[in-house]
Amino acid sequence: MGSILDRFYRAFIAEERYLAYIEGLKVTIEISFFAILIGVLIGVVIAVVKVSSPKYQGKGLGKILLTVAEKICSLYVTIIRGTPVMLQLLIIYNLIFTSRDANEIVTAIICFGINSGAYVSEIVRAGIESIDKGQMEAGRTLGFNYVQTMGYIVMPQAVRNILPALGNEFISLIKETSVASVIAVSDIMKNAQYVGSATYDILPPLVIAAGVYLVMVIGLSKGLEVFGRRLGQSDRN
Amino acid sequence: MIETKDLKKIYGDHVVLNGINETIQKGEKVVVVGPSGSGKSTFLRCLNLLEMPTSGEVWFEGNNITDPKCDINKLRQKMGMVFQQFNLFPHLSVKENITLAPIKLLGMKKEEADKKAIELLTRIGLQDKADAYPNQLSGGQKQRIAIIRALAMNPDVMLFDEPTSALDPEMVGEVLELMKELADAGMTMVVVTHEMGFAREVATRVMFIDEGQVKEQNTPEEFFRNPQNPRLKDFLSKVL
Repeated sequence: MGSILDRFYRAFIAEERYLAYIEGLKVTIEISFFAILIGVLIGVVIAVVKVSSPKYQGKGLGKILLTVAEKICSLYVTIIRGTPVMLQLLIIYNLIFTSRDANEIVTAIICFGINSGAYVSEIVRAGIESIDKGQMEAGRTLGFNYVQTMGYIVMPQAVRNILPALGNEFISLIKETSVASVIAVSDIMKNAQYVGSATYDILPPLVIAAGVYLVMVIGLSKGLEVFGRRLGQSDRN
Repeated sequence: MIETKDLKKIYGDHVVLNGINETIQKGEKVVVVGPSGSGKSTFLRCLNLLEMPTSGEVWFEGNNITDPKCDINKLRQKMGMVFQQFNLFPHLSVKENITLAPIKLLGMKKEEADKKAIELLTRIGLQDKADAYPNQLSGGQKQRIAIIRALAMNPDVMLFDEPTSALDPEMVGEVLELMKELADAGMTMVVVTHEMGFAREVATRVMFIDEGQVKEQNTPEEFFRNPQNPRLKDFLSKVL
C-alpha cells in the first residue's frame, strides 16, 4: 500500500487522475445548478397556489381549479418529502428513462429539481407568510388586485426572507447530488469510486471527493454570507 | 354614497355584525365608537370588502359591491383606507409609497405622480422625507404619509380604522389635525376611533356600535350630552 503520501499521489496525480475529479466536479455543479433552477420554478408556483388557495373568495370554476391544484401540490410535497431521494432517483430513472439513449445527467437534473421543488415551496411559502397581512390589505385597499399586490408589495419583501434559506437549500442539494452515482452519473462521487477501483485503493479518492464537496460548500456559504450582508445593508425595514 | 342593507358578519357561531342598515351621505363625517369587540372595525372593513359580509349588501355610489360580478378593485380606488398599523410599504421610499398606485392603476406618468406626491408631502410639511424609508419616520409621520398615500388616488370617501391607536400620545395630535383638515375640505369620512374629542369636534354624526348593532346615533352634541341607550351611558361614563 505504501505511505499515505504515495496513496494520495496515485489517487490524484498519477495518470492525470485529477482530471477525473474535475470532470466529476463539472457534472456535480451542472446537476446542482439546473436542479435548483427547476426547484425554484416549481417551488414558487406551488407556494403561490398554497398561499392563495384558502384566501380565494370567488366561486365557480376558478375556485374548483385552485382547490384541485392545491390538493395536487400538497400530495406532491407530501410524497417528495416523505420518501428518500435515492428511491425517487431510481424510480424516475427506471420508470421513465428506460430507453437506451436516456441521458443520466438530464435524469438527475429533473429528479433533483422535482425533489428540490418540494422543499423550496415550503421555503417560499414561509417567506410569503412572514409578511404582515396588513401589507396585503394596504395594497388591496389602494385598488390593486391580488396578483398585483403579490408582485409589487408582498414578493419584493418576501424575497429578503427567502434568499438565505434558499442558499441553505442549494448547499444541501449540492451534497445530495452525490446520490446520483446510483444511476451511473459520472459526478465527483462516481468518479472518485472509479479511481478507487483503478488503483485498488478506495480510501484516498473518497477523502479527496469529501474535500472537494467541503470546499464547494464552504465557498458557497461564504458567498451567501457576503450576499446576505449586502442584503442586510439595503434592508430599510 | 355608501349604504349597507342588513349587513351581517358571522365567524363560526360568533355573530360580529348583526344586521346593520346604514346610509352614509356624501360629505358626512361619521365617527363610529363602541367597546372593543363590538364589531365597529369589522363594520368599517365590510364597507370596502376587506371582510366579506356573511349576508346583506353594501352599496357604493350606486354599485352593489357585494355582488361577485362587481369589479371591487376598481371601486376600492375610490375608497381610501387608513389602518391602525399604518401599513406603509417598508421596501419603498416615502415617495414610491405614494406614487405606486397612481402610476400602476391610474396610468399616471412618473413625473406627474412625483409632482403630486411632493405637493401632498408639502401640505403636511414632510417634503424633505420624500426619499426616506418608512423605518426612518416616527409613528405620527408614518400615519400622516399613509393618509396622503390614500389621498393620492383621489378617493371619494376615506375610511379610518383606529388611526391613532398605535401612536405615542404626543403624536396623536398631528394625525388628528390632518384628519380635521381633510374633514374641513369636505371629504366624506368614516372614522372608527376612541378619540372622543375628535368625535365631538369633527363628526357630523356619531354612531355607537355594540354587540354588532348600531345601538344609538346622533349629532355629537346630543350624543354626548343626552345619551339614551343604557349601554352607551355606561360606555361614555368609562371613556369620558
